[in-house]
Amino acid sequence: MKKQLRALFCAALVLLLSLGAAPAALAEDQIQVTEDISVSGDYDWKRFEGQGVTLNVYNWGLYISDGSEESVDVISAFENLTGIKVNYTTFDSNESLYAKIKSGGVSYDVIVPSDYMVGKMVEEGMLAPLDYSNIPNAAGIGAEYLGWPFDEENTYSVPYMWGTTGLIYNTTMVQEAPDSWADMWDVQYAGNVLMFNNSRDAYAVAAKKLGMSLNPASVEEVDGVIEELKAQKSVVQAYVMDEIFDKMEGGEAALAPYYAGDAITMIQDNPDLAFVFPKEGVNFFVDSLCIPANCKNKEAAEMFLNYMCEPDVGLANCEFIGYSTPIGKVWERLDDELKYSEIAYPSQEVLDKAEAFTTLSAQVNSALDTAWSDMKSYDEGGSGWMVLVFLILALAISVFNIWHRVRKKLRNEY
Amino acid sequence: MKSRHLRLLQRTYVVLIFCFMYLPILVLAVFSFNESKSRTVFTGFTLDWYKSLFTNRMILSALALSLAVALVSAVVATVVGTMATVGISAMGRKSQLFINNISYMPVVNPEIITGVSLMLLFVFLQNWASKFDVLPDAFFGLPTLLIAHITFNLPYVIFNVSPKLRQMDSRIYEAALDLGCTPRQAFFKAVLPELTPAILSAFLICLTYSIDDFIISYFNCGTLQTLPIAIYSMTRKKVSPEINALSTIMFLVILSIILISNALDSRRYKREQGLGKAGEGR
Repeated sequence: MKKQLRALFCAALVLLLSLGAAPAALAEDQIQVTEDISVSGDYDWKRFEGQGVTLNVYNWGLYISDGSEESVDVISAFENLTGIKVNYTTFDSNESLYAKIKSGGVSYDVIVPSDYMVGKMVEEGMLAPLDYSNIPNAAGIGAEYLGWPFDEENTYSVPYMWGTTGLIYNTTMVQEAPDSWADMWDVQYAGNVLMFNNSRDAYAVAAKKLGMSLNPASVEEVDGVIEELKAQKSVVQAYVMDEIFDKMEGGEAALAPYYAGDAITMIQDNPDLAFVFPKEGVNFFVDSLCIPANCKNKEAAEMFLNYMCEPDVGLANCEFIGYSTPIGKVWERLDDELKYSEIAYPSQEVLDKAEAFTTLSAQVNSALDTAWSDMKSYDEGGSGWMVLVFLILALAISVFNIWHRVRKKLRNEY
Repeated sequence: MKSRHLRLLQRTYVVLIFCFMYLPILVLAVFSFNESKSRTVFTGFTLDWYKSLFTNRMILSALALSLAVALVSAVVATVVGTMATVGISAMGRKSQLFINNISYMPVVNPEIITGVSLMLLFVFLQNWASKFDVLPDAFFGLPTLLIAHITFNLPYVIFNVSPKLRQMDSRIYEAALDLGCTPRQAFFKAVLPELTPAILSAFLICLTYSIDDFIISYFNCGTLQTLPIAIYSMTRKKVSPEINALSTIMFLVILSIILISNALDSRRYKREQGLGKAGEGR
């Protein structure tokens, strides 16, 4: 009887073991492209092979695992897998992406705008609706990253990376750890505060400090918040973007707002730095993969989107970029340090208070642009006065020139 | 007699000016060997960025495009510009003045106006041509980029070559004709050799302006991307030290080209001097 029991137990163990081995067996209907990248085998990756298809992909700079610093080159892997050639180019801001496409003349196949820019492009009919039967991997994207107001049904966009903003500070340069955006207005940090050098992110900081929405509804609202930014100006050392890395890592500034994923990189380089989600709430952003309406080869573009949602590819990108991934299977495979990082994957409490950008009306948008550049030039060494001096100087020089010439002519006539 | 203080002042001034010119490049080169990505703290020596640069396809293809466009546009601009100079010099005084002023416009014009206006022209052309199916689909891209670069390079050629042509003794050409050259032979055998140094320097100027150019390329590159555009797009994240490595290599290449050509020049000069002396001695 005992023997029988033992045999039964053994059989159960064998069964369990074989069940445990099942994921490994599953891997067999994966296609291995490179050492690091295998893709799902039940997708027809080869259907454009040998047709000379080229995809124009337009992405943020340094926003894909590109093979540098011993990362995986996901684009050549895609080319090897599908036989599609990728013309990969990069942009620096949503606004330049928009301008480039709006100017006409060019057609891209895949672009990566952020949330509010997706909304704007949808409104203006610049994006093509996606055929999800060509993007089965999109099913792996967490529900919490779908259905945001800029594209409620995700008809046009597949989330690529997401993140939040927050406050980075140098623990050796502050008296007590800041916990609020208002600390960036504190005069004791005068000359040690860095600020975003783009209108929407900077506006978001000031708006949150005032307890308002970071999506202004009226021109009056914009003016009020920009007044707050003007008040901050005497405390601010510089308005910067990527220089934040050097300035914070080098200990040149005490406080700076930036994107959470980049904060992780900075803290790795300089352990004196720390990151906090200010209590007023932060900005939540999603950069999404989209296909422009004038795309030349939509099906191939959708194949690229599907490829980007592959867990292996997502993992490579996530590790390279350092931002947060919307793909569940990628998150599961991250290093514990990043996986349970409070900065990259903040608590629900933080996310509940976070707000995403929405598309502004044309009127409010242009008011924001004007007010922003007005704020930047405000009181900077009385620049208005300088212009006048230069004008008078130029006028004086030309008057002198003419007078000189006339005199010469007169003299020659004698 | 110069006082010693004055001489010291002169030296410091020269050193200071050279520091302003070359210190930034030195810093850039030093940080291309930096182990970490920081641009302020030097943590250790490494050649990884150079290795990484040669595996980074995006940067390399942007570099290849920049070089190809620079080379082609410089060659075309030099040829067209030289022909234009010869043509202009044969004009009457009034029309010469007029043409010179007109061709100077793109140089004094802010680049952004040149860039945007070219883009608008190309978009307009493309829209118009799409009705008749004249232009190829890939019109926006390499063709527009090349046209734009040739356009902004042309004035530099004209303004480099025309003073040399004015300096040249016009009787050389006439003498060649007298000695039985056809006008074409006279141009290639008598005029062109005189102009060669100016044409070469114009070519080099075109090459550098073309590699340098950001604004005009930005508006006219279509879905392509030149090196300056690739670098600019890295500014939300952090510009990679691979760019430092690339800039260092480019600087060294240019420096060695200049040194070699100077050495060759001085050697030729010495040889000619030697020949002259030998001739005198005979």
